[in-house]
Amino acid sequence: MDFMQLVTEGLWIVAKIVMILLPLILAVAYTTYAERKLIGYMQLRLGPNRVGPKGWLQPIADVIKLLMKEVVVPSGANKTLFLLAPILFIAPSFAAWAVVPFDAELVLSDTNAGLLYLLAMTSIAVYGVIIAGWASNSRYALIGSLRSASQIVSYEIAMGFALVAVLMAGGSMNLGDIVEAQNGSALHWFWIPLFPILVVYWISGVAETNRAPFDLPEGESEIVAGFHVEYAGMAFALFFLAEYANMILISVLTALFFFGGWLNPFQGIPYLEPATAWIPGTIWLLLKAAWFLFMMIWLRATFPRYRYDQIMRLGWKVFIPVTVVWLIVLTFWIKLEWGWWFDGRGLAQLAQTVGGAS
Amino acid sequence: MSKWKHYFKTYFLTELRAGLWLTWKHLFKRKVTIQFPEEQTPQSPRFRGLHALRRYPNGEERCIACKLCEAVCPAAAITIEAGPRESDGTRRTTKYEIDMFKCIYCGFCEESCPVDSIVETRIFDYHFEKRGDNILTKEQLLAIGDRYEVMIAEDKAEDAPYR
Repeated sequence: MDFMQLVTEGLWIVAKIVMILLPLILAVAYTTYAERKLIGYMQLRLGPNRVGPKGWLQPIADVIKLLMKEVVVPSGANKTLFLLAPILFIAPSFAAWAVVPFDAELVLSDTNAGLLYLLAMTSIAVYGVIIAGWASNSRYALIGSLRSASQIVSYEIAMGFALVAVLMAGGSMNLGDIVEAQNGSALHWFWIPLFPILVVYWISGVAETNRAPFDLPEGESEIVAGFHVEYAGMAFALFFLAEYANMILISVLTALFFFGGWLNPFQGIPYLEPATAWIPGTIWLLLKAAWFLFMMIWLRATFPRYRYDQIMRLGWKVFIPVTVVWLIVLTFWIKLEWGWWFDGRGLAQLAQTVGGAS
Repeated sequence: MSKWKHYFKTYFLTELRAGLWLTWKHLFKRKVTIQFPEEQTPQSPRFRGLHALRRYPNGEERCIACKLCEAVCPAAAITIEAGPRESDGTRRTTKYEIDMFKCIYCGFCEESCPVDSIVETRIFDYHFEKRGDNILTKEQLLAIGDRYEVMIAEDKAEDAPYR
Protein backbone atom coordinates (compact mmCIF):
# COMPACT_ATOMS: atom_id res chain seq x y z
CA MET A 1 0.00 0.00 0.00
CA ASP A 2 1.57 3.27 -1.03
CA PHE A 3 1.39 6.49 0.90
CA MET A 4 -1.44 8.12 -1.05
CA GLN A 5 -3.61 5.10 -0.59
CA LEU A 6 -2.92 5.19 3.14
CA VAL A 7 -3.92 8.85 3.29
CA THR A 8 -7.16 8.35 1.36
CA GLU A 9 -7.98 5.33 3.49
CA GLY A 10 -7.37 7.34 6.66
CA LEU A 11 -9.42 10.27 5.41
CA TRP A 12 -12.26 7.92 4.52
CA ILE A 13 -12.25 6.52 8.05
CA VAL A 14 -12.24 10.02 9.51
CA ALA A 15 -15.18 10.89 7.24
CA LYS A 16 -17.04 7.84 8.49
CA ILE A 17 -16.35 8.80 12.11
CA VAL A 18 -17.71 12.27 11.43
CA MET A 19 -20.74 10.70 9.78
CA ILE A 20 -21.45 8.82 13.01
CA LEU A 21 -20.51 11.50 15.52
CA LEU A 22 -22.25 14.53 14.03
CA PRO A 23 -25.71 12.92 14.00
CA LEU A 24 -24.92 11.52 17.44
CA ILE A 25 -24.19 14.95 18.90
CA LEU A 26 -27.32 16.32 17.25
CA ALA A 27 -29.28 13.40 18.65
CA VAL A 28 -27.86 14.13 22.11
CA ALA A 29 -28.96 17.77 21.85
CA TYR A 30 -32.45 16.77 20.88
CA THR A 31 -32.60 13.99 23.44
CA THR A 32 -32.26 16.66 26.11
CA TYR A 33 -35.13 18.51 24.47
CA ALA A 34 -37.22 15.34 24.24
CA GLU A 35 -36.47 14.57 27.85
CA ARG A 36 -37.54 17.97 29.11
CA LYS A 37 -40.61 17.89 26.93
CA LEU A 38 -41.66 14.36 27.88
CA ILE A 39 -41.06 14.80 31.59
CA GLY A 40 -42.98 18.04 31.39
CA TYR A 41 -45.88 16.31 29.67
CA MET A 42 -45.87 13.52 32.23
CA GLN A 43 -46.08 16.16 34.95
CA LEU A 44 -48.90 17.94 33.11
CA ARG A 45 -46.59 20.79 32.11
CA LEU A 46 -45.70 21.97 28.63
CA GLY A 47 -41.92 21.83 28.83
CA PRO A 48 -39.68 24.23 26.93
CA ASN A 49 -41.69 26.07 24.27
CA ARG A 50 -40.21 29.56 24.05
CA VAL A 51 -37.11 29.31 21.86
CA GLY A 52 -38.20 28.88 18.28
CA PRO A 53 -41.42 27.19 17.21
CA LYS A 54 -42.57 24.85 19.99
CA GLY A 55 -39.14 25.24 21.58
CA TRP A 56 -37.30 23.37 18.84
CA LEU A 57 -34.30 25.70 19.09
CA GLN A 58 -33.97 25.25 22.85
CA PRO A 59 -31.06 22.75 22.63
CA ILE A 60 -29.23 25.10 20.25
CA ALA A 61 -29.66 27.94 22.71
CA ASP A 62 -28.40 25.71 25.51
CA VAL A 63 -25.31 24.77 23.52
CA ILE A 64 -24.53 28.41 22.74
CA LYS A 65 -24.97 29.33 26.39
CA LEU A 66 -22.63 26.55 27.52
CA LEU A 67 -20.05 27.42 24.86
CA MET A 68 -19.90 31.03 25.97
CA LYS A 69 -19.56 30.29 29.67
CA GLU A 70 -16.26 30.32 31.46
CA VAL A 71 -14.71 27.05 32.56
CA VAL A 72 -13.96 27.75 36.20
CA VAL A 73 -11.13 25.75 37.72
CA PRO A 74 -11.63 25.64 41.49
CA SER A 75 -8.77 26.66 43.72
CA GLY A 76 -6.82 23.66 44.96
CA ALA A 77 -7.98 21.57 42.03
CA ASN A 78 -5.51 19.54 40.04
CA LYS A 79 -5.82 21.53 36.86
CA THR A 80 -4.50 18.95 34.42
CA LEU A 81 -6.68 16.13 35.72
CA PHE A 82 -9.60 18.49 36.16
CA LEU A 83 -9.58 19.32 32.47
CA LEU A 84 -8.65 15.81 31.41
CA ALA A 85 -11.55 14.15 33.22
CA PRO A 86 -14.38 15.23 30.91
CA ILE A 87 -12.33 14.07 27.94
CA LEU A 88 -11.69 10.71 29.61
CA PHE A 89 -15.38 10.45 30.23
CA ILE A 90 -16.54 11.33 26.75
CA ALA A 91 -13.91 9.50 24.71
CA PRO A 92 -15.09 5.94 25.56
CA SER A 93 -18.73 6.82 25.06
CA PHE A 94 -17.87 7.99 21.55
CA ALA A 95 -15.38 5.22 20.87
CA ALA A 96 -17.96 2.54 21.66
CA TRP A 97 -19.89 3.54 18.55
CA ALA A 98 -17.12 2.16 16.38
CA VAL A 99 -18.49 -1.39 16.57
CA VAL A 100 -22.19 -0.55 16.46
CA PRO A 101 -23.70 -1.75 13.18
CA PHE A 102 -26.42 0.47 11.77
CA ASP A 103 -27.32 -1.95 8.99
CA ALA A 104 -26.08 -5.27 7.63
CA GLU A 105 -23.01 -3.62 6.08
CA LEU A 106 -23.07 -0.24 7.76
CA VAL A 107 -20.48 -0.45 10.50
CA LEU A 108 -17.28 1.48 11.11
CA SER A 109 -15.31 -1.47 12.41
CA ASP A 110 -16.61 -5.00 11.80
CA THR A 111 -14.71 -6.44 14.78
CA ASN A 112 -15.14 -10.00 15.92
CA ALA A 113 -14.61 -8.97 19.54
CA GLY A 114 -17.26 -6.26 19.37
CA LEU A 115 -19.04 -7.35 22.50
CA LEU A 116 -15.86 -7.35 24.58
CA TYR A 117 -14.90 -3.98 23.19
CA LEU A 118 -18.28 -2.57 24.18
CA LEU A 119 -18.02 -3.98 27.66
CA ALA A 120 -14.60 -2.38 28.02
CA MET A 121 -15.70 0.97 26.66
CA THR A 122 -18.81 1.28 28.79
CA SER A 123 -16.89 0.58 31.99
CA ILE A 124 -13.73 2.53 31.29
CA ALA A 125 -15.73 5.75 31.45
CA VAL A 126 -15.72 5.37 35.21
CA TYR A 127 -12.13 6.65 35.23
CA GLY A 128 -13.37 9.98 33.94
CA VAL A 129 -15.87 10.13 36.78
CA ILE A 130 -13.36 9.20 39.46
CA ILE A 131 -10.76 11.63 38.19
CA ALA A 132 -13.36 14.38 37.92
CA GLY A 133 -14.42 13.80 41.50
CA TRP A 134 -10.91 13.65 42.82
CA ALA A 135 -9.45 16.54 40.85
CA SER A 136 -12.29 18.88 41.78
CA ASN A 137 -11.01 19.19 45.36
CA SER A 138 -14.59 19.10 46.59
CA ARG A 139 -16.29 16.77 49.04
CA TYR A 140 -19.50 16.46 47.13
CA ALA A 141 -17.68 15.69 43.93
CA LEU A 142 -15.61 13.03 45.65
CA ILE A 143 -18.65 11.39 47.24
CA GLY A 144 -20.42 11.45 43.89
CA SER A 145 -17.52 9.86 42.07
CA LEU A 146 -17.14 7.16 44.74
CA ARG A 147 -20.79 6.34 44.44
CA SER A 148 -20.51 6.22 40.69
CA ALA A 149 -17.49 3.95 40.81
CA SER A 150 -19.06 1.41 43.15
CA GLN A 151 -22.31 1.49 41.22
CA ILE A 152 -20.67 0.96 37.85
CA VAL A 153 -18.49 -1.84 39.19
CA SER A 154 -21.49 -3.58 40.77
CA TYR A 155 -23.70 -3.39 37.73
CA GLU A 156 -20.88 -4.21 35.37
CA ILE A 157 -21.01 -7.78 36.67
CA ALA A 158 -24.72 -8.26 36.06
CA MET A 159 -24.31 -6.59 32.71
CA GLY A 160 -21.35 -8.78 31.82
CA PHE A 161 -23.35 -11.90 32.66
CA ALA A 162 -26.25 -10.60 30.59
CA LEU A 163 -23.88 -10.11 27.66
CA VAL A 164 -22.59 -13.65 28.15
CA ALA A 165 -26.15 -14.84 27.65
CA VAL A 166 -26.41 -12.75 24.50
CA LEU A 167 -23.11 -14.18 23.34
CA MET A 168 -24.37 -17.73 23.95
CA ALA A 169 -27.64 -17.07 22.16
CA GLY A 170 -26.06 -15.27 19.25
CA GLY A 171 -23.09 -17.60 19.01
CA SER A 172 -20.78 -14.71 18.19
CA MET A 173 -19.13 -11.63 19.67
CA ASN A 174 -19.66 -9.72 16.44
CA LEU A 175 -22.67 -7.46 16.80
CA GLY A 176 -23.65 -7.95 13.19
CA ASP A 177 -23.65 -11.74 13.59
CA ILE A 178 -25.73 -11.47 16.76
CA VAL A 179 -28.37 -9.54 14.85
CA GLU A 180 -28.23 -11.98 11.93
CA ALA A 181 -28.79 -14.85 14.37
CA GLN A 182 -32.16 -13.28 15.18
CA ASN A 183 -33.23 -13.25 11.54
CA GLY A 184 -36.65 -14.75 10.84
CA SER A 185 -39.44 -12.78 12.41
CA ALA A 186 -40.17 -10.66 15.45
CA LEU A 187 -40.67 -13.94 17.32
CA HIS A 188 -37.15 -15.03 16.39
CA TRP A 189 -35.62 -12.11 18.23
CA PHE A 190 -33.85 -12.88 21.47
CA TRP A 191 -36.28 -10.94 23.66
CA ILE A 192 -38.34 -14.12 24.15
CA PRO A 193 -35.70 -16.65 25.19
CA LEU A 194 -33.65 -13.96 26.95
CA PHE A 195 -36.48 -12.04 28.57
CA PRO A 196 -35.11 -11.98 32.16
CA ILE A 197 -31.70 -11.12 30.72
CA LEU A 198 -33.28 -8.30 28.76
CA VAL A 199 -34.76 -6.84 31.94
CA VAL A 200 -31.48 -7.21 33.82
CA TYR A 201 -29.47 -5.75 30.95
CA TRP A 202 -31.82 -2.85 30.55
CA ILE A 203 -31.90 -1.93 34.23
CA SER A 204 -28.12 -2.36 34.52
CA GLY A 205 -27.76 -0.14 31.48
CA VAL A 206 -29.80 2.56 33.18
CA ALA A 207 -27.64 2.15 36.29
CA GLU A 208 -24.42 2.27 34.25
CA THR A 209 -25.38 5.52 32.61
CA ASN A 210 -26.15 6.99 36.05
CA ARG A 211 -29.67 7.77 35.06
CA ALA A 212 -32.64 8.09 37.36
CA PRO A 213 -33.67 6.11 39.40
CA PHE A 214 -29.99 5.18 39.75
CA ASP A 215 -28.63 8.73 39.60
CA LEU A 216 -27.01 8.69 43.04
CA PRO A 217 -23.68 9.91 41.65
CA GLU A 218 -25.50 13.13 40.78
CA GLY A 219 -28.14 13.09 43.52
CA GLU A 220 -29.15 16.76 43.42
CA SER A 221 -30.98 16.63 46.71
CA GLU A 222 -28.03 15.15 48.62
CA ILE A 223 -24.74 16.07 46.96
CA VAL A 224 -25.73 19.00 44.70
CA ALA A 225 -24.59 17.58 41.36
CA GLY A 226 -22.19 14.86 42.41
CA PHE A 227 -19.00 14.39 40.48
CA HIS A 228 -19.52 17.31 38.09
CA VAL A 229 -20.53 19.86 40.70
CA GLU A 230 -17.42 21.97 40.10
CA TYR A 231 -17.65 21.95 36.33
CA ALA A 232 -19.04 24.81 34.29
CA GLY A 233 -19.36 25.75 30.66
CA MET A 234 -17.93 23.45 28.04
CA ALA A 235 -16.32 21.05 30.55
CA PHE A 236 -19.74 20.45 32.06
CA ALA A 237 -21.24 20.14 28.58
CA LEU A 238 -18.83 17.29 27.84
CA PHE A 239 -20.11 15.33 30.85
CA PHE A 240 -23.62 16.01 29.77
CA LEU A 241 -22.89 15.00 26.20
CA ALA A 242 -21.25 11.77 27.33
CA GLU A 243 -24.12 10.85 29.60
CA TYR A 244 -26.64 11.25 26.83
CA ALA A 245 -24.41 9.55 24.28
CA ASN A 246 -24.24 6.61 26.69
CA MET A 247 -28.01 6.61 27.00
CA ILE A 248 -28.38 6.44 23.24
CA LEU A 249 -25.70 3.76 23.07
CA ILE A 250 -27.45 1.56 25.65
CA SER A 251 -30.73 2.01 23.79
CA VAL A 252 -29.18 1.05 20.47
CA LEU A 253 -27.44 -1.95 22.04
CA THR A 254 -30.68 -3.18 23.60
CA ALA A 255 -32.30 -2.98 20.19
CA LEU A 256 -29.36 -4.85 18.64
CA PHE A 257 -29.08 -7.60 21.24
CA PHE A 258 -32.70 -8.36 21.98
CA PHE A 259 -34.90 -6.76 19.33
CA GLY A 260 -33.33 -7.74 16.06
CA GLY A 261 -31.39 -4.53 15.37
CA TRP A 262 -32.06 -3.42 11.85
CA LEU A 263 -34.38 -6.36 11.04
CA ASN A 264 -37.89 -5.54 9.90
CA PRO A 265 -40.36 -6.33 12.72
CA PHE A 266 -42.97 -7.39 10.17
CA GLN A 267 -40.70 -10.06 8.72
CA GLY A 268 -42.63 -13.21 7.89
CA ILE A 269 -46.04 -11.55 8.08
CA PRO A 270 -47.90 -11.64 4.74
CA TYR A 271 -48.73 -8.25 3.15
CA LEU A 272 -47.02 -6.27 5.91
CA GLU A 273 -43.53 -7.45 5.08
CA PRO A 274 -43.64 -6.58 1.36
CA ALA A 275 -45.38 -3.31 2.24
CA THR A 276 -42.56 -2.27 4.60
CA ALA A 277 -39.68 -3.83 2.66
CA TRP A 278 -38.62 -0.43 1.24
CA ILE A 279 -37.82 0.96 4.71
CA PRO A 280 -34.05 0.78 5.27
CA GLY A 281 -32.81 -1.24 8.23
CA THR A 282 -31.20 1.81 9.82
CA ILE A 283 -34.62 3.37 10.26
CA TRP A 284 -35.88 0.27 12.06
CA LEU A 285 -32.84 0.28 14.33
CA LEU A 286 -33.28 3.95 15.14
CA LEU A 287 -37.00 3.51 15.80
CA LYS A 288 -36.33 0.66 18.19
CA ALA A 289 -33.56 2.64 19.90
CA ALA A 290 -35.84 5.67 20.14
CA TRP A 291 -38.37 3.57 22.00
CA PHE A 292 -35.76 2.54 24.56
CA LEU A 293 -34.58 6.10 24.88
CA PHE A 294 -38.16 7.02 25.58
CA MET A 295 -38.25 4.26 28.19
CA MET A 296 -35.25 5.80 29.97
CA ILE A 297 -36.91 9.18 30.11
CA TRP A 298 -40.14 7.52 31.18
CA LEU A 299 -38.34 5.77 34.04
CA ARG A 300 -36.86 9.06 35.14
CA ALA A 301 -40.25 10.73 35.14
CA THR A 302 -41.79 7.90 37.15
CA PHE A 303 -39.47 6.64 39.84
CA PRO A 304 -37.89 8.31 42.84
CA ARG A 305 -34.18 7.78 43.44
CA TYR A 306 -33.06 4.48 44.97
CA ARG A 307 -31.51 4.41 48.38
CA TYR A 308 -27.85 3.47 48.19
CA ASP A 309 -28.03 0.10 49.96
CA GLN A 310 -31.04 -0.80 47.82
CA ILE A 311 -29.03 -0.20 44.68
CA MET A 312 -26.26 -2.46 45.92
CA ARG A 313 -28.76 -5.09 47.02
CA LEU A 314 -30.48 -5.05 43.64
CA GLY A 315 -27.22 -5.38 41.76
CA TRP A 316 -25.54 -8.05 43.87
CA LYS A 317 -28.37 -10.05 45.40
CA VAL A 318 -31.00 -9.96 42.68
CA PHE A 319 -29.49 -9.39 39.27
CA ILE A 320 -26.43 -11.60 39.53
CA PRO A 321 -28.38 -14.68 40.77
CA VAL A 322 -31.10 -14.11 38.18
CA THR A 323 -28.61 -13.93 35.33
CA VAL A 324 -26.65 -16.95 36.55
CA VAL A 325 -29.82 -19.04 36.83
CA TRP A 326 -30.94 -17.97 33.42
CA LEU A 327 -27.53 -18.77 31.95
CA ILE A 328 -28.01 -22.38 33.08
CA VAL A 329 -31.56 -22.46 31.72
CA LEU A 330 -30.27 -21.02 28.48
CA THR A 331 -27.57 -23.65 28.19
CA PHE A 332 -30.19 -26.40 28.23
CA TRP A 333 -32.43 -24.38 25.96
CA ILE A 334 -29.75 -24.04 23.35
CA LYS A 335 -28.47 -27.59 23.60
CA LEU A 336 -31.98 -29.10 23.46
CA GLU A 337 -33.04 -26.69 20.67
CA TRP A 338 -36.38 -25.77 22.17
CA GLY A 339 -38.37 -23.55 19.86
CA TRP A 340 -36.85 -22.02 16.77
CA TRP A 341 -34.27 -19.62 18.16
CA PHE A 342 -31.18 -21.78 18.21
CA ASP A 343 -31.52 -23.92 15.07
CA GLY A 344 -28.44 -25.90 14.14
CA ARG A 345 -26.55 -25.27 17.37
CA GLY A 346 -28.02 -27.98 19.58
CA LEU A 347 -27.12 -31.52 20.48
CA ALA A 348 -28.08 -32.88 17.06
CA GLN A 349 -25.62 -30.51 15.43
CA LEU A 350 -22.99 -31.36 18.00
CA ALA A 351 -23.44 -35.09 17.42
CA GLN A 352 -23.19 -34.53 13.69
CA THR A 353 -20.00 -32.52 14.05
CA VAL A 354 -18.43 -35.03 16.37
CA GLY A 355 -19.62 -37.90 14.19
CA GLY A 356 -18.24 -36.25 11.08
CA ALA A 357 -14.89 -35.67 12.75
CA SER A 358 -14.45 -39.25 13.93
CA MET B 1 -48.01 -17.72 51.24
CA SER B 2 -47.58 -13.99 51.63
CA LYS B 3 -43.88 -14.58 51.07
CA TRP B 4 -44.57 -16.09 47.66
CA LYS B 5 -46.93 -13.29 46.88
CA HIS B 6 -44.16 -10.86 47.76
CA TYR B 7 -41.68 -12.66 45.50
CA PHE B 8 -44.20 -12.72 42.67
CA LYS B 9 -44.87 -9.02 43.01
CA THR B 10 -41.16 -8.17 43.19
CA TYR B 11 -39.99 -10.26 40.26
CA PHE B 12 -42.83 -9.21 38.00
CA LEU B 13 -42.28 -5.55 38.95
CA THR B 14 -45.97 -5.12 39.74
CA GLU B 15 -45.71 -1.82 41.54
CA LEU B 16 -43.16 -0.39 39.14
CA ARG B 17 -45.44 -1.17 36.23
CA ALA B 18 -48.35 0.49 38.02
CA GLY B 19 -46.21 3.62 38.38
CA LEU B 20 -45.19 3.55 34.74
CA TRP B 21 -48.80 3.16 33.70
CA LEU B 22 -49.71 6.26 35.71
CA THR B 23 -47.08 8.46 34.06
CA TRP B 24 -48.04 7.04 30.66
CA LYS B 25 -51.63 8.14 31.21
CA HIS B 26 -50.47 11.56 32.35
CA LEU B 27 -48.49 11.94 29.12
CA PHE B 28 -51.75 12.33 27.22
CA LYS B 29 -53.72 14.33 29.75
CA ARG B 30 -54.58 17.98 29.29
CA LYS B 31 -51.71 20.23 30.31
CA VAL B 32 -52.39 22.80 32.99
CA THR B 33 -49.50 25.22 32.33
CA ILE B 34 -50.46 28.90 32.30
CA GLN B 35 -48.26 30.62 29.73
CA PHE B 36 -47.59 33.60 31.90
CA PRO B 37 -47.09 36.76 29.89
CA GLU B 38 -49.85 35.80 27.45
CA GLU B 39 -52.15 34.04 29.89
CA GLN B 40 -52.78 34.95 33.51
CA THR B 41 -54.60 33.35 36.36
CA PRO B 42 -57.70 35.22 37.61
CA GLN B 43 -57.06 37.79 40.34
CA SER B 44 -59.23 38.75 43.26
CA PRO B 45 -60.14 42.43 43.71
CA ARG B 46 -58.56 41.96 47.14
CA PHE B 47 -55.19 41.05 45.60
CA ARG B 48 -52.36 42.53 47.65
CA GLY B 49 -49.58 43.76 45.39
CA LEU B 50 -47.74 47.05 44.85
CA HIS B 51 -48.72 49.82 47.26
CA ALA B 52 -50.28 53.16 46.30
CA LEU B 53 -51.45 56.33 48.06
CA ARG B 54 -54.83 57.58 46.84
CA ARG B 55 -56.31 61.07 46.47
CA TYR B 56 -59.83 62.37 46.69
CA PRO B 57 -61.55 63.19 43.38
CA ASN B 58 -60.76 66.89 43.95
CA GLY B 59 -57.04 66.14 43.98
CA GLU B 60 -56.49 66.38 47.75
CA GLU B 61 -54.38 63.56 49.15
CA ARG B 62 -56.34 61.29 51.47
CA CYS B 63 -53.60 60.59 53.99
CA ILE B 64 -54.00 62.50 57.27
CA ALA B 65 -50.80 61.17 58.87
CA CYS B 66 -52.60 59.24 61.61
CA LYS B 67 -49.73 56.71 61.52
CA LEU B 68 -52.05 53.73 62.09
CA CYS B 69 -50.45 51.89 59.18
CA GLU B 70 -47.01 52.54 60.58
CA ALA B 71 -48.15 51.20 63.94
CA VAL B 72 -49.83 48.11 62.58
CA CYS B 73 -47.14 47.15 60.10
CA PRO B 74 -45.74 43.84 61.37
CA ALA B 75 -42.55 44.19 59.34
CA ALA B 76 -41.95 47.82 60.31
CA ALA B 77 -41.71 48.66 56.62
CA ILE B 78 -43.51 52.01 56.82
CA THR B 79 -41.85 55.20 58.02
CA ILE B 80 -43.98 58.32 58.49
CA GLU B 81 -43.11 61.82 59.61
CA ALA B 82 -45.94 64.30 60.04
CA GLY B 83 -46.41 68.05 60.30
CA PRO B 84 -48.73 70.92 59.35
CA ARG B 85 -48.81 71.67 55.62
CA GLU B 86 -47.39 75.11 54.82
CA SER B 87 -50.25 76.27 52.60
CA ASP B 88 -53.22 75.60 54.91
CA GLY B 89 -51.80 74.19 58.15
CA THR B 90 -53.60 70.84 57.91
CA ARG B 91 -51.91 67.74 59.32
CA ARG B 92 -50.14 65.93 56.51
CA THR B 93 -47.21 63.59 56.10
CA THR B 94 -43.89 65.18 55.35
CA LYS B 95 -42.38 61.79 54.72
CA TYR B 96 -44.13 58.54 53.84
CA GLU B 97 -41.82 55.70 52.87
CA ILE B 98 -42.38 51.97 52.39
CA ASP B 99 -39.41 49.64 52.25
CA MET B 100 -40.57 47.06 49.72
CA PHE B 101 -37.91 44.59 50.84
CA LYS B 102 -39.32 44.58 54.35
CA CYS B 103 -42.97 44.52 53.29
CA ILE B 104 -44.66 41.13 53.61
CA TYR B 105 -47.81 42.16 51.72
CA CYS B 106 -50.11 41.32 54.62
CA GLY B 107 -52.48 44.18 53.82
CA PHE B 108 -52.76 45.39 57.40
CA CYS B 109 -51.91 48.96 56.37
CA GLU B 110 -54.82 48.98 53.97
CA GLU B 111 -57.15 47.51 56.62
CA SER B 112 -56.10 50.00 59.26
CA CYS B 113 -56.39 53.12 57.10
CA PRO B 114 -59.42 55.21 58.20
CA VAL B 115 -59.50 57.23 54.96
CA ASP B 116 -58.69 54.47 52.42
CA SER B 117 -55.49 56.25 51.53
CA ILE B 118 -52.83 53.52 51.50
CA VAL B 119 -53.95 50.59 49.35
CA GLU B 120 -52.38 47.55 47.79
CA THR B 121 -53.09 47.29 44.10
CA ARG B 122 -53.32 44.16 41.99
CA ILE B 123 -49.98 44.93 40.34
CA PHE B 124 -47.52 42.17 41.17
CA ASP B 125 -44.92 42.26 38.40
CA TYR B 126 -42.54 45.10 39.14
CA HIS B 127 -38.86 45.32 39.86
CA PHE B 128 -36.13 47.58 41.17
CA GLU B 129 -32.97 48.27 39.25
CA LYS B 130 -30.75 50.02 41.81
CA ARG B 131 -30.06 49.59 45.46
CA GLY B 132 -32.29 52.06 47.28
CA ASP B 133 -35.02 51.85 44.67
CA ASN B 134 -36.80 49.45 46.99
CA ILE B 135 -37.79 52.34 49.27
CA LEU B 136 -40.86 53.96 47.75
CA THR B 137 -41.26 57.63 48.68
CA LYS B 138 -44.47 59.56 49.16
CA GLU B 139 -44.21 61.08 45.67
CA GLN B 140 -43.77 57.68 44.05
CA LEU B 141 -46.65 56.16 46.00
CA LEU B 142 -48.94 59.05 45.09
CA ALA B 143 -47.88 58.73 41.45
CA ILE B 144 -48.78 55.05 41.47
CA GLY B 145 -52.13 55.96 43.03
CA ASP B 146 -52.81 58.59 40.36
CA ARG B 147 -51.88 56.23 37.60
CA TYR B 148 -54.09 53.34 38.69
CA GLU B 149 -56.89 55.27 40.46
CA VAL B 150 -59.58 53.94 38.09
CA MET B 151 -58.53 50.34 38.70
CA ILE B 152 -58.21 50.83 42.47
CA ALA B 153 -61.64 52.50 42.69
CA GLU B 154 -63.22 49.66 40.72
CA ASP B 155 -61.64 47.02 42.96
CA LYS B 156 -62.77 48.83 46.10
CA ALA B 157 -66.32 49.15 44.78
CA GLU B 158 -66.41 45.46 43.88
CA ASP B 159 -65.20 44.43 47.32
CA ALA B 160 -67.32 46.94 49.29
CA PRO B 161 -70.45 44.74 49.76
CA TYR B 162 -68.38 42.12 51.58
CA ARG B 163 -66.80 44.46 54.10
